Amino acid sequence: MTLLDDFMVRALLAGVGTAMACGALGCFVVWRRMAYFGDATAHAAILGVALALMFSVSVPIGVLVVALAMGLLIGSLSGKTITPDSLLGVLSHSALALGLVAVSLMPSARIDLDAYLFGDILVVTRMDLVVIWGGAAVVCAVLAWKWQALLSEILSNDLAHAAGLSPRVDRLVLTLLIAAVVAVSIKVVGALLITAMLVIPAAAARLISRGPEAMAAYATGIGAVAAIAGLHGARAFGTPAGPSIICAAAGLFLIASVIGRLRG
Amino acid sequence: MALISAENVEVRHGATRAVFGVSLAIEPKEIVTIVGPNGSGKSTLLRALIGAVAPHSGTITRAPKLRVGYVPQKLQIDPTLPLTVRRFLNLPKRVPAAVARAALKRTGVDALESRQLSALSGGQLQRVLLARAILNDPQLLVLDEATQGLDQPASADFYRLIETLRDDLGCGVLMVSHELHVVMSATDRVICLNGHICCEGSPEVVTAAPAYRELFGTGTGGALALYRHTHDHDHGDCDNPNHTHDHSHDHKEPAA
Repeated sequence: MTLLDDFMVRALLAGVGTAMACGALGCFVVWRRMAYFGDATAHAAILGVALALMFSVSVPIGVLVVALAMGLLIGSLSGKTITPDSLLGVLSHSALALGLVAVSLMPSARIDLDAYLFGDILVVTRMDLVVIWGGAAVVCAVLAWKWQALLSEILSNDLAHAAGLSPRVDRLVLTLLIAAVVAVSIKVVGALLITAMLVIPAAAARLISRGPEAMAAYATGIGAVAAIAGLHGARAFGTPAGPSIICAAAGLFLIASVIGRLRG
Repeated sequence: MALISAENVEVRHGATRAVFGVSLAIEPKEIVTIVGPNGSGKSTLLRALIGAVAPHSGTITRAPKLRVGYVPQKLQIDPTLPLTVRRFLNLPKRVPAAVARAALKRTGVDALESRQLSALSGGQLQRVLLARAILNDPQLLVLDEATQGLDQPASADFYRLIETLRDDLGCGVLMVSHELHVVMSATDRVICLNGHICCEGSPEVVTAAPAYRELFGTGTGGALALYRHTHDHDHGDCDNPNHTHDHSHDHKEPAA
């Protein structure tokens, strides 16, 4: 497998794999207005990194567990005396700050904080590729399986109940999937920009779609193009990979809005 | 046997009793309308009957394999979700094109099949929701404030359509409304709800109340009149003395 020996090929595969994981799930983040929820989950990932290193478990596992715990915490606290946006603000920034403090307490040689905040796609290993593509496959399979139910629940919980669906359970499934995407994407785009990878391609896809399936497909494609363009840009200009990918996604969003406007 | 029946059902929101001591049964082909002021527990009762909320106590029995067509009070039509009418009818279960077309035709909106859901008017959307509800040839059609936001002629048209559907499909109809004067022309039985069932009977029984006649003509007037009528009965047998009316509504007594 000499091809995979090339760091650029591994980086491109990692970027496209992340786009696969983020495309369809990002649509649900947009449809269900979970962008800040995604942010909070992603910010908690830094704490997950610190804990994983502290207890010598693999980083994706640590991130997955802490991100999932954050998702469940938000789910259990919402709808009481604090409005959801304030609650998310409290939890999101607290998690990020706690993570940064925890990381600073670690022996400095053991952790490259920038890599987890902004991604470090250029040092992706073969094992990382397995995690990313495996995670993407699981996320897409679960979404395909739950697709009709999740769409119905966006429109009306009562309607979903009347059809024998269980929105509470499916909401937990979405939480779990977002945690999984955070865990597999952190290496590529970094904790600070994971939500961008979920939201920007999906929002761009909305501008040119007439149906939910088309929107998910467009979002995945836009994410993949952004990953490829961003990585080439990063190599050409010596810029950090994660932010370069998101800049490319933002550019595609602009193009999509022009196309959407022209179509009327 | 009854399509759906409730026996001494109580539903709570936290510590608040939204609905209590409710027993009712819906028979095949019957049109039953539940009316009551805001906060009277109408929607809660409906949601308990379709299984969206579990009753705190009491039992709800549905006929085996009962097919329910449900028309929700509102859809969260988020403009971020692109969805055509045709695709919407495929939720939560996919249906053949011919079935979808036939349902849209029955409710008079077959021309809207490829339109975006978010581009429909309130009346068009109600008819699309109704089309979706009859896709599975329901034995019971359940509607929650189905005419909310429609003007009076549109509401009247909508109720006529439901009556036609009942005749064509042979389904029972259970609906919740705050507009008694429109509902009454089509309904077999009216249930007045205010946490508990205040009174029930044929529309004639309810219309016979002098206070109702006096105020007939406007929506709120109709509701208010009916409401006053329900408070003629003795509260001792159905109201718990500890029960507080913590929802707000008008207890206007006739001038003495």
